[in-house]
Amino acid sequence: MSMTSSPAPVWQHRTPFARLLLWMGWLALVALFVYCWNLMTARTMWVFVYDAPNAASDLLGRAFPPRWAYMDVLWKPLWDTLSIATLGTLLGIIMAVPLAFLAANNTTPSRLLLRPVALLAIVASRSINSLIWALLLVSILGPGLLAGILAIAFRSIGFIGKLLYEAIEETDDKQIEAITATGASKSQILNYAIVPQVLPTFYGISVFRWDINIRESAILGLVGAGGIGAQLQSSLNVLAWPQVSLIMLVILATVVVSEWVSAKVRHAII
Amino acid sequence: MNSTYPTTWKRPPQLVQSRVWRIVLTVGAIAYLLVAIGSVEVNWARVVVGMERAQRFIAGFLQPDFTTRWRDISNGLVESLTMTLTSTVVGVLISIPIGVGAARNLAPSWLYVICRSIIAVSRAVQEIIIAIFFVALFGFGAFAGFLTLSFATIGFIGKLLAEEIEDIDPAQAEAIRATGASWFQLINYAVQPQVMPRLIGLSLYRLDINFRESAVIGIVGAGGIGGTLNTALSRYEYDSAGAILMIIIAIVMVAEYSSSHLRKLVK
Repeated sequence: MSMTSSPAPVWQHRTPFARLLLWMGWLALVALFVYCWNLMTARTMWVFVYDAPNAASDLLGRAFPPRWAYMDVLWKPLWDTLSIATLGTLLGIIMAVPLAFLAANNTTPSRLLLRPVALLAIVASRSINSLIWALLLVSILGPGLLAGILAIAFRSIGFIGKLLYEAIEETDDKQIEAITATGASKSQILNYAIVPQVLPTFYGISVFRWDINIRESAILGLVGAGGIGAQLQSSLNVLAWPQVSLIMLVILATVVVSEWVSAKVRHAII
Repeated sequence: MNSTYPTTWKRPPQLVQSRVWRIVLTVGAIAYLLVAIGSVEVNWARVVVGMERAQRFIAGFLQPDFTTRWRDISNGLVESLTMTLTSTVVGVLISIPIGVGAARNLAPSWLYVICRSIIAVSRAVQEIIIAIFFVALFGFGAFAGFLTLSFATIGFIGKLLAEEIEDIDPAQAEAIRATGASWFQLINYAVQPQVMPRLIGLSLYRLDINFRESAVIGIVGAGGIGGTLNTALSRYEYDSAGAILMIIIAIVMVAEYSSSHLRKLVK
């Protein structure tokens, strides 16, 4: 028995080259982070940042307790917020459903012309946030509920359209074939084979989007599109922090309630 | 035996089985809609004036003007992009310990409650409202935006990471524990290898979301391209606004496409 001096090879997860590559990757990320950090903070006023703890305690001292009496003024904007979300969602659905059928691979009337157009409309609607939609529409239509409803509707088109056309593409071919075999026309196939299959998904998507829209319509008023956000904006402008804190609480409560409702409804449907 | 078969077929209702409830729900929905539509006041005269502006906006979108305000646009863009990256990195770094603390199979119950409530607060409040507060505290500019996005990232990544950790294969954790490993070794050798691909995927997804949000929070003064857009629109410079919108849409599309592509690669 000879005592060899070479140590037993230690088990390692990766080859040396892979480890080197991994290290280089992390190093590049750190370097990029430092570079971006420097660029971003180039114009930061550090005095304000160092003063933030004082500012925070000052702000909290002013904001609490909330001014409960202000609630009387808030019921109408709260109702408006609800209307913006509901009517906006409905309008979005009305525009999104035909688009989804045009965009789905198995129901589109023309794969070369209409499908790309429908897909483009869906993508464009999705990539613009509803607050930016509201900014545009307020600038065009003037402040008010209408701009808010349209902003919510335009943003919802992309969301509902995308999820719905994916659901349509995933429908079961066998049911469609069975209906086709009875000699059904194109519209009958749509009505009896495809619609029943996507209907539960459609309800789920709509309620989910309504829930998101309640959240978004609460803040649309910041850019002048009506609802409780408008009250927030005017309270912020006059630095009425007790009112701001009350509005925050109301928005938070609305969001929690709408999330609960949407979860219940989706649970009941699906 | 001569049984007659029905010659017509009526489709059964898919959603609400009871006839009474169907009628009640329909009437209720219509009544609500009428009241809601009735309460919307529209200033039609203003809308008619707006149509002319809409034409100018569409014209501006078709002939975007990148050059006149290029300095503002590029400043806003640099702020947005740097804000996106730094906030994602910092947010993910903070959310890892919070995600571990919010996983029921790793954390003691007091830590679980604390971490879950941090996540709940971060998820319940919209980015724009956090941005308002951070702007009030830290002053205008990209730093407030960076903090906002980092805070929002914590809730997102923390929740999904915690769920991922709770779903790990317990057999591997058991095996590592049987070797007498400490808690940190357990995390390092049993949990981390299982959740790492998902964590990277989530971070890339959040990078994509953070850019979208960075385009918005500028509206309340938290820096980035949203502020530039807001300025352009309030000056009625629709051609510059069209250019900014096109840039935002292009970056969002590129980010979404490459993020989903990279996520497939990591998986």
